[in-house]
Amino acid sequence: MKKAEILEGSMAVALAVKSCKPGVISAYPISPQTHIVEYLAKMVASGELKSEYVVADSEFSAASIIYGASAAGVRSYTASSSQGLLLMTEVIYNAAGTRLPMVFTGVNRAISAPISIQVDHQDTLSLRDSGLIQFYVENGQEAYDAHIQAFRLAEDSEILLPTMICMDGWVLTHGYEPVELIDQELIDTFLSPYHPIHYLDPENPLTFGSYAEDDILMELKYMIQAAMDQAKKKIVEIASEFHRITGHSGMRLVETYRTEGAEVLLMGMGSMVGTMKEAVDRMREDGIAVGLIKVCCYRPFPSEAIFESCNGARAVAVLDQGFSMGSEGPLSLDVKAALSNLKTPAVFSFITGLAGREVTIETIQRITSTVRKGIDSDQIIRGSQWVDLNQSIL
Amino acid sequence: MPERDEQELFARGHRACPGCGEAIATRWILKATGRNVIIVSPTGCLETFTSPYMFSPWRVPWIHPLFENGAAVASGIEAALKHKGRQEIRVVVIGGDGATFDIGIGGLSGMFERGHRVVYICYDNEAYMNTGNQRCSSTPLFASTTTEPAGRLFPGKNRPKKDMASIAIAHGIDYVATTSVAYPKDLFNKVQKALTMIGPSYIQVHTPCVGGWGYPSEKTVEIGRLAVESGLVPLFEWQEGRIVNFHKIRKKVPVTDYLKPQKRYSHLFAEDRGKAELECLQAMADRNIERFGLAGLSGSSTTEADTA
Repeated sequence: MKKAEILEGSMAVALAVKSCKPGVISAYPISPQTHIVEYLAKMVASGELKSEYVVADSEFSAASIIYGASAAGVRSYTASSSQGLLLMTEVIYNAAGTRLPMVFTGVNRAISAPISIQVDHQDTLSLRDSGLIQFYVENGQEAYDAHIQAFRLAEDSEILLPTMICMDGWVLTHGYEPVELIDQELIDTFLSPYHPIHYLDPENPLTFGSYAEDDILMELKYMIQAAMDQAKKKIVEIASEFHRITGHSGMRLVETYRTEGAEVLLMGMGSMVGTMKEAVDRMREDGIAVGLIKVCCYRPFPSEAIFESCNGARAVAVLDQGFSMGSEGPLSLDVKAALSNLKTPAVFSFITGLAGREVTIETIQRITSTVRKGIDSDQIIRGSQWVDLNQSIL
Repeated sequence: MPERDEQELFARGHRACPGCGEAIATRWILKATGRNVIIVSPTGCLETFTSPYMFSPWRVPWIHPLFENGAAVASGIEAALKHKGRQEIRVVVIGGDGATFDIGIGGLSGMFERGHRVVYICYDNEAYMNTGNQRCSSTPLFASTTTEPAGRLFPGKNRPKKDMASIAIAHGIDYVATTSVAYPKDLFNKVQKALTMIGPSYIQVHTPCVGGWGYPSEKTVEIGRLAVESGLVPLFEWQEGRIVNFHKIRKKVPVTDYLKPQKRYSHLFAEDRGKAELECLQAMADRNIERFGLAGLSGSSTTEADTA
């Protein structure tokens, strides 16, 4: 294994994408995604990366351009954030329905209004129903490794779905961390060139994007869900092969941290999990039986893995960095559904870290203590608790 | 040109209305492209009547993405073909006026500006016909649509048609042409010429619509010819910074000959109410004829034989 280099998160992603040799890259600038696509543009300009780089006139066009490239049978990639991801949404649904395995980096950022360039998960969470496979990464190394595996998963003939690696804006894209890179030779062993079965080809003229009604549309939508279910198995297989070939840890559906004998389990996604782990260590030192579940794969939602990991705990505290207005934290809704057949644990939903509001070790400790008090009272828990709201503004 | 249906790249059996101008245009477009092509059709009539799941009249690779992204998807296909070294395969968009003039104009401008080798063909039936004749920026002055209907207070559309060809020209692309379903040889020639360009090209095909315009289904070609011969729809080619060719009008007809058979203009002929509007449309046609020098037989790009 090679020595780790100190890399900016955006550079780690650009290097991962470069090593996967996409034939077409298209992008439109938006903070905090910009560094990734700037690095890739530089690699193409210098001849290091032999891709067609199409500078788009909007995120909607960027997604459409890689949709066209993918339909023509070429590996394709784009990255965006926030409003850009919302603008891509129509294309993302369409790509899932057309079964085109485009790979995206979703650099997390709040959604307007009010406008903010700071990180939360509202943008990518809003894509949850589209048929897009989504991973959330904790650090630069995970971002690097996940992108390489994403192409393999998306393009698997049993999957064929658009796939997005979600990474926290600024914290992960602009932070410098040690990242261990993989030799190109090993990546080439892991990821073959893309040769789809169906693509736009005059020698075998096929019709894509047909009109469907009640006799077939339900079946076609069901097949997307079947591929999502299949992806849960594929992810494990692909991760194990990735580990065997490269020595790096493969992607996971969920990661558990100090869950043995835990009474309270904390659950979250993205870079905030790093702080949560630190908080768990401190609380364990104080004799509090607390553990952590990191949700790595959000779509398909790993209900079975969550069910297994949570069974036995008294309470789960889900920390969402986004919200389903009129309802609850989106992650907490999925967790509640996954655990609905169990009497315990009770699921507590917390809304934290919107627009980059800092979630400290103390925040996590306070959340944990709220939950521990909550278990002992017989109150029925409904809705989400918004953490540390400034009451003087409300 | 192939005669028998088996040799047609746009097969029969699709679900277009009888007399559909788009179906005629598409058949001739594919005669011009041949097999070595990928067609992109943004959402519209053409997509609806050609792609009921499990059926397809397309004997060439065809994709329908969304309403507003035909040009961007074509850009991506062209980039992919470049990456694969398959640039002999040509990329052609066939989109309606709604997809082109209105909802997709941003992406179309982007494709033009980036200089993709894409032939963008707009079949222009002058309103949202797939959903039943709603107003578009392509709708001509005083035409009645369901969303800007003629009524006691309004004589139909209150603004002139957007000049999309000039917008294409302003991008400085390789080739811009207007043509009509009523002149299939002209359409065929212009598509073939566009296919020889290295960069983007734009062809706007005036395409009468039986249902939306309200005329008998056997009159599509006749209506199309009257539009051109009245001077309301000038047919031209633009290349290298100038207009290089006009379709000359053989026998000028008054605009009323074109307008009167169409239900969308019937309010202009009810009693005396449309007199001022008709005068205005006639003046518009006369201005076109003068501005483009459409009168007279010399320099005609089409011949007597070029009739449908």
